[in-house]
Amino acid sequence: MSPAASEPATTVFSRGLWKDNPVFVQVLGMCPVLAVTNTVMNSLVMGLATSFVLVASAIIVSLSRRVIPKQVRIASYILIIATFVTMADYIIQAVSLEIHRALGAFISLIVVNCIILGRAEAFSSRNPVFRSVMDAVGMGAGFTVAIVALGTIRELLGSGTWMGLPVFGPSFEPWVVMVLPGGAFFVLGLLLLLVNLIGVEK
Amino acid sequence: MSDPRLLVTTSPFLKDSASTAWIMWHVSLSLAPVVLVATWFFGGSVPLVILAAIAGAVVPEGIQTILRRNARQPQAPPLRDGSAFLTGLLLALTLPPGIPLWMAFLGGLVSVVLGKTVFGGIGSNVFNPALVGRAFLQAAFPATMTSWLPVAEAGSRAQVPATLFTTPLLAADVDAISAATPLSQATFGQPTPEFADLLFGAVPGSLGETGALVILLAGLYLAVRGIVNWRIPLSILATVWLVGSGLHLLDPAGYPGGMFHLTAGGLMLGAWFMASDPVTSPMTQAGCWVFGALIGVLVVVIRVFGGLPEGVMYAILFANAATPLINRFTQPRTFGTRFKPGFTR
Repeated sequence: MSPAASEPATTVFSRGLWKDNPVFVQVLGMCPVLAVTNTVMNSLVMGLATSFVLVASAIIVSLSRRVIPKQVRIASYILIIATFVTMADYIIQAVSLEIHRALGAFISLIVVNCIILGRAEAFSSRNPVFRSVMDAVGMGAGFTVAIVALGTIRELLGSGTWMGLPVFGPSFEPWVVMVLPGGAFFVLGLLLLLVNLIGVEK
Repeated sequence: MSDPRLLVTTSPFLKDSASTAWIMWHVSLSLAPVVLVATWFFGGSVPLVILAAIAGAVVPEGIQTILRRNARQPQAPPLRDGSAFLTGLLLALTLPPGIPLWMAFLGGLVSVVLGKTVFGGIGSNVFNPALVGRAFLQAAFPATMTSWLPVAEAGSRAQVPATLFTTPLLAADVDAISAATPLSQATFGQPTPEFADLLFGAVPGSLGETGALVILLAGLYLAVRGIVNWRIPLSILATVWLVGSGLHLLDPAGYPGGMFHLTAGGLMLGAWFMASDPVTSPMTQAGCWVFGALIGVLVVVIRVFGGLPEGVMYAILFANAATPLINRFTQPRTFGTRFKPGFTR
């Protein structure tokens, strides 16, 4: 599915946001989507970290696309991605140890997020730097919007707060299931239903 | 239609005159005595909780009916067959009497939307819808779902606990009114109530689970009319009695007896009205025995060894998940072939 070279850069960007949204349409990267979306803050940090790795690795992969031999390309992409994941890991640790603890192993697991490897393989390795960056920013934004949406619903119903701010007052009855893994599946399923409904209408 | 003698078609050739709607309304009607007993023991909150749960179940089904009518799809209108009404009623009977009405409504909503509609509507669901709704409420509001009203004293039956009218999304003050169910008394080593109270329902518990005798009679009526496959409840109750009595013989002080297991908690309601749901139970007669035995063993194991006092809901949901497998392994040999299907292929 190599995109046409004549496609304008704005289309390359907006594809990730809606038409090929990595979470709602491609249903990729489900591990962080289901695991860390129990609060908005965790979702936002995970979305930004993933976007950073996406964009940075897209630049390097695109620059070195003529240098990497075809046989070892996957290993090379993983090496490039792992470099930026390590950087993201240290940055998050330096900025907020609390969030780093909350996200746990899932920061390191960005390495194996198939959105990043998928975009490297399907787009950056065949396109010039600017278009690769546009694609990566679009995909990263689409991913971030999707998991923040999931985190918003789960935090509102599961804790009665948004970004830690109480929304429903002190006597709110939390829906415990929403902060548990089961709630992630419920909310993701219903959001996929909604996105498909809107898609069908178009 | 042309002459039926000339019609070329596939099975089934034998058809019963009972329609889905007739069965659903019939089962709902047979639960009326159970509702009356619940109202007698738990007071005015019972009809309100039942109405809220039914409303929650019927609203999404009604929306689906309207959507289908607009889309001109050929299926029969799903609302009129009464299955959503029955789902709401059964869900309500598994809820504690003091539950806020908004939670009962939410449970009905989840039952039909996540338990039935997402699988493709009536006949396509994997799990019993009412129990899906209850499992959701149990996971979402564990404290409220395990706060039981004491049995109403004479004179207070007309009163409705204030917790029922809690504003949606806000917490109910349930600690003030809570009492222990027979099963939690057994779990935590407290003395359990008299057998007669268990039999007639004068013990704290969910709306429709306490009056074992009435539920048994309603279930027997359905079995005699051929609406409920008698093998499933019989298999469940026999297994529970056997396993429960066996454990009691091993250590009479540590484990309650078989008759206690039969009459306490939601076993009767689950065995007669939930496990016997024709959609989520096995198709073969042999499979029904296996299905019932699996539920029976799981109920006692969860009650005696698990962290929860009651295990009927999870036992039935678990057996629902095993139903396709049971169907496959209990398929009778096709006439004219030599091997039983199942293990190969």
